[in-house]
Formats: sequence, structure tokens, C-alpha cells
Amino acid sequence: MIELILADRCTDCGTCIEVCPANVIDPGQAGLPVLARVEDCQTCFLCELYCQADAIYVAPDCDRRVDVNVEEVVASGRLGQYRKHSGWDEWADRFPNEQWLMETVFRRAGEAAAQPKGAPLDVIERK
Amino acid sequence: MASSPPEELSINADVLIVGGGMAGAWAATSAAQAGAKVVLADKGYCGTSGVTAAAGPGHWWVPPDPPAARDAAVANRVASGLGLGEAEWMYRILDQTWRTLPTLARYYKFGVDDEGRVNYRAVRGPEYMRALRQQVLSHGVTILDHSPVLELLARSDGSIGGVRGQRRQDGGRAYQIEAGAVVLAAGGTSFLSHLLGSWTNTGDGYLMAAEAGAEMSGMEFTAAYTIAPAHSTMTRTMAYAFATYYDADGHELDLPFGPDQTIRLARALQRGPVYCSLHRLPDNIKARLHTISPNVPLVFDRWGIDPYRDRFEITLHNDGTIRGIGGVRVHDVDGTTSVPGLFVAGDNASREKVAGAISGGGNVNSAWALSSGVFAGRAAARVARGVKTGTSRFRLLGLGREPRRRVQTVDLTAIRASVRAEMHPFDKNLFRTGKGLAASARALEGLWTELADHDHTGTIASRETAALLATARWSVATAATRNESRGLHRREDFPSLDPRSANRLLSGGLDQVWVAADGPSATTGTGQLEAAS
Ligand SMILES: Cc1cc2nc3c(=O)[nH]c(=O)nc-3n(C[C@H](O)[C@H](O)[C@H](O)COP(=O)(O)OP(=O)(O)OC[C@H]3O[C@@H](n4cnc5c(N)ncnc54)[C@H](O)[C@@H]3O)c2cc1C
Ligand code: SF4
Ligand code: SF4
Repeated sequence: MIELILADRCTDCGTCIEVCPANVIDPGQAGLPVLARVEDCQTCFLCELYCQADAIYVAPDCDRRVDVNVEEVVASGRLGQYRKHSGWDEWADRFPNEQWLMETVFRRAGEAAAQPKGAPLDVIERK
Repeated sequence: MASSPPEELSINADVLIVGGGMAGAWAATSAAQAGAKVVLADKGYCGTSGVTAAAGPGHWWVPPDPPAARDAAVANRVASGLGLGEAEWMYRILDQTWRTLPTLARYYKFGVDDEGRVNYRAVRGPEYMRALRQQVLSHGVTILDHSPVLELLARSDGSIGGVRGQRRQDGGRAYQIEAGAVVLAAGGTSFLSHLLGSWTNTGDGYLMAAEAGAEMSGMEFTAAYTIAPAHSTMTRTMAYAFATYYDADGHELDLPFGPDQTIRLARALQRGPVYCSLHRLPDNIKARLHTISPNVPLVFDRWGIDPYRDRFEITLHNDGTIRGIGGVRVHDVDGTTSVPGLFVAGDNASREKVAGAISGGGNVNSAWALSSGVFAGRAAARVARGVKTGTSRFRLLGLGREPRRRVQTVDLTAIRASVRAEMHPFDKNLFRTGKGLAASARALEGLWTELADHDHTGTIASRETAALLATARWSVATAATRNESRGLHRREDFPSLDPRSANRLLSGGLDQVWVAADGPSATTGTGQLEAAS
């Protein structure tokens, strides 16, 4: 569930309020967005993807609240990691969308399952 | 339903689309292309809502050339669908997907594989839905985000003429939309499991269709489950194609990759916790996992787990009708329902005819969501052309149910928890028995009585809870009627397939749930539609 919006990074653009499909975030009195209904969070990480300020941290835990230490999260480099690996915005040229590899993986897994145990696995056909 | 306050927002449209996931977005596009004035209302945000948005749908994709390839794909699917699929419908969605998906290239950057070929079939969810939103807007469609539809509105002749809902980021302001035709694309439901992206999908489209008089089909097929790291929503399966599983004592479990794996996993989970390691994932995939599915490694990373070295606990989340197949019965690929003016698309519709009795996840579902969206949008635009809107504003009748008795506080949270308790446990919904289903039916019946008698009906939570409960009741009743095992429906007391039961089961009813075999001569709604327009 969403655990943090970092006040010193947030630019108050309002995007997370708009894009959160579960309506978890409200505009705050003091400007910055507030986590109004964390219990409704569906742990989809999409608010992170849309936050260009990398100000949001969603914990992977969907059925329990966890303590999140702000300094640790900032130091971990995980803020903005999803947006980066997805090649969004300024990362567009650095991280290609390789979703197309999925079917190759499944196909080769099926073939590997049909092979005797211990046979070498080679997923992407090498040329 | 409660009478509308004076400040109600009022809008007219030719076609109104309920839900802005994959199916709704394609439906809005095609209706607009057919010349209709289109409004799309989503409970959340069109672009991030729905189960496509957080995942990465691979579409059923078979090029037309050589024709034998499609014939083979369809023949395979008809066979694996165990008597419930129909070849003609499969050809239609294969063809439509092939034609339509590449047209999104203006807004979606399709991947190019290592050989330099464009790959259309496998798209990444967030980018796909972002592109669909842009496409929808480019066609002049009005999108109402955070505007859950609460009920359908009928004209005096019974045809559907609009919807009523609430603007939840605008102080809960009520809105009413009068429309020439309505497409329901509100998705399926996982009965609030933690299936990725499914939390806002509470089966609202099923409830609304039933209130209008439409039937469901295939509701017994809700016993689909998907693996995820325990306590996470990450029900994305690719990395598990090479998984190794262990019991609590560290002994490796015999769970080979293949069709029975979920069943075996569920049995193992009934015995105790199950752990998993992904060390067998080939190195060249490990190195690229974050650019294939960026949200998959993120979960491990945040927990400090190295999935290629450590063993992590796994669970199975219920897929309900999402990777299951039940939904509103459709009379043709246009998504025509038994109710004039009402169309359905995507997971809101039954997918038996395209998927058969097995899960449509992984390929057929998204091809159906796309194609049925395109077909339904076009058909709705056609019907709307014959309807004069803006004239019946005061003659539209709300179809949402009313409390049967005195309104009093009903504990909706408790009812939701009870629905989950009947629909998620393996011993109730996966390994079914007549006795267990009867007990579930009794429990759900009691809840329905409480809700239907006393719950005030105007809030989002009350509508969602009613939808979850109604859908669970249809599912349980239909599962209890099918005295055999077929595809996703597994009865421990009837373990084999009964060749005489290769028919589809319809269900419906709110206060009185009914189940009936789908007759060979289904009455088609098309004639009625013409009469209504
Ligand atoms: C993790 C995962 C992976 C998958 N992978 C694949 C795959 O690889 N291949 C494949 O074929 N299929 C796959 N599927 C299935 C596929 O994603 C669905 O079949 C498809 O997304 C259905 O699209 P839809 O538009 O019908 O529903 P959804 O995408 O779920 O959209 C439903 C929309 O309706 C809205 N809504 C709900 N209630 C209301 C209301 N009352 N008022 C207004 N709006 C409402 C929701 O907010 C949502 O936006 C996968 C499913 C999951 C969960
Ligand atoms: S999207 Fe990011 S920057 Fe914008 S309001 Fe939300 S947290 Fe702040
Ligand atoms: S993780 Fe998803 S549901 Fe949770 S706050 Fe972010 S966008 Fe909303």
C-alpha cells in the first residue's frame, strides 16, 4: 500500500490524485496531497509511475501496513525506480520496453518442462 | 434509488460507455469513429483503472497468412474449450484484433524484437492504457474520471436510455447521462482478492445488467487462481515459468510447469506454506526482467529478497470472472444483450464462446476485450442513431434496486468480508463439492436478505457490495447445478466430465437466483433493439 509522499520532493502537481484508480489521495489543506484512504489502496504502483518528482513510495505489502523509514527509502534509490525501468519521461532512451520477450520466455519454459531435468536452458535463441 | 438533488449534473450523449479499461476504451473509440457523440464514465481514472493497466496483456494473435495457422489455432481452442467455445466467434476476434491493434501505433510504441520485427501482440499495461486514453480523447470523447456509474436508466418501453452516477472527486455530486445506447464495460470481479489491479472491479456491470433484465452465462467458471509472492498483488506469472517450489521443511515439491500447476500448488498450500525460488530463470532473462516487466522485480527489491537465491513465500489470488470466464450473456459478437439498448464488452461479458470452459487469460481475454469493444461501440452507435436523446429526461426510470423494508444500518464491510470468505478459499471455490456449495449458498442468501431488506441504495459502497454479493450468488448457484467437472469448474464429488453436459448455463435474478441451460434457439435481442430505436 502507498506509505509515503515526500513533502520535500512533491511539486503539488496533483497528478497522483487524478490517476490513482482507487481514489486514495486527496488534495491537502496545506497544498500537498494527503493519503486519505490508504485502506483502499490496491498496491498497483501506478501513482509512482506517474509522479515525475519521484516523491511517492508504495510498499509491496497489500494486506498490512508497514513502517517505512523515510531516510532509508531515500537512500535506497527505490524512489522513481519503477518510472525509470519503465523508460518513462527522461528515461525513454535508456530503458527499452521489452514486454515482447514474455512470450519467448513462456514458450521456452514449456519446451524446457518437456525436456529431461538438468538439460541446459537457453531462452533467447542466440544467433 | 434516492431522489436526485437539484445540482445534479446532466449530460446528453449518443453512446455512453461504462468503464474505461481496455474494452471500454476501444468501445469509445469505435463508437466515436462511427460518428457518435460519446461519453465514457469510469469509476477510477481511464488510463490506470482496470486489470490491464497494471499488467501486460498478450493478445491472441495469429496472422491471416497462412490461413491454415488460424484454422489450427481455432481448432485447438475449440478442443481445449471443452465444448463451450464457438469457432465462428474465435475467427471474428482473431481477425478484429489483427486489424485493430496496430492502429494504436500513433500512441503506443510497439516493441521491436531482437530480430528487428515489430511485436504487436504483447503490450505493457500502463503504456497501453495511457495510449488508449490519448486515442479516446483524440476522437473527441468526453471522459468522466472518478465517476462511478451507480444505475442504469430505462425508457418507458424498457430500453436503456442512460445512467446515473456520482462524481466522487466533486463532493459526490450526482450526475445523469441520457444516451441513445449504453455499453457496459465495467470489467469482471475477483471478489476483492488481491489480484493486481482488480480492486475497483466489483461486478457493478453484472448487477446493473441483471437489474435491467439481462442474464449471466458461465458464472460457474470463477475458480481461476494466480500465483503471487505472499502479501503482494503481483499476480504476473512469467517469472514463475521457471520456478522451483518447496514446502516449509525445505523439501522440493513436484510442481512441474504446465496446466495442472495451479491445482497442485493449491493442494500444497492447503497442507502448509509454500516457498519459491526463481534461480532456474535463465540468466539472460534475469538480466532483462526489469525491462520486460518492471513491476515484478520491484516487489522483491523493496523487500530485500533476491528471488534468484532466496526462497520467498507464495500465495494464490482468486481471479473470479477476470481470468475466469463468466459474465453477461451475449447474443452475438456485437455484445448484444437481451435488453434493448444495452451492450456489453470485455470481462463484463461472458467469454465462453471465445475461451470455452478454460481461462481466457494470457491471450483470448484481451483479444475479446479489444474486439468486443470495437464491435459493441459500433453497434451502439448504430442503435443510437435512431434514438432522439434530450427528450426523455424526466421519463427515465432508475433501475437500481430499492430496499425492501425499513432502511437501517447494514455492515457493508462485514458483508464484503463474508463474500471473500465464500469465494476465495480453495476448499470452497476451487475444490468444490455439492455440500460445500449448498453451505455457501445459504450463507450468501442470508447476507442478501439483510442487504436487500435494509440497505439504503444510493452510495458507491452499497452498490459495490450488492454487486459482489449478487455475482457470488450466481456463481455458487451455477457451480452447484453443474454436476460434473469441466475446465475451470472442478467438482470433487463429480470429478469427470459428463459428455451430456456440454451446454452453457445461464443464471440471473436478484431476490430469487435462477439457473437454466442455454437453449439452442436463443432469442436474439437484435429485433427488439430495432423496435426500440
Ligand atoms: C495480472 C493480469 C494479467 C493479465 N494478462 C493477460 C494477458 O496476458 N492476456 C490476456 O488476454 N488477458 C490477460 N488478463 C485479462 C485481461 O487483462 C482482461 O480480460 C481485460 O483487461 C479486460 O478488460 P476490460 O476492459 O473488460 O476490464 P478492465 O480492464 O478491468 O476495466 C474495467 C473498468 O471498469 C471500471 N468500472 C468498474 N465499475 C465501474 C462503475 N460502476 N462505473 C464506471 N466504471 C466502472 C473500472 O474502473 C475499470 O476501469 C490479465 C489479467 C490480470 C489480472
Ligand atoms: S504526482 Fe508526485 S509531485 Fe505530483 S502531487 Fe503527487 S506526489 Fe506530488
Ligand atoms: S498504489 Fe495504486 S491504488 Fe495505491 S495509491 Fe498508488 S495508484 Fe492508488
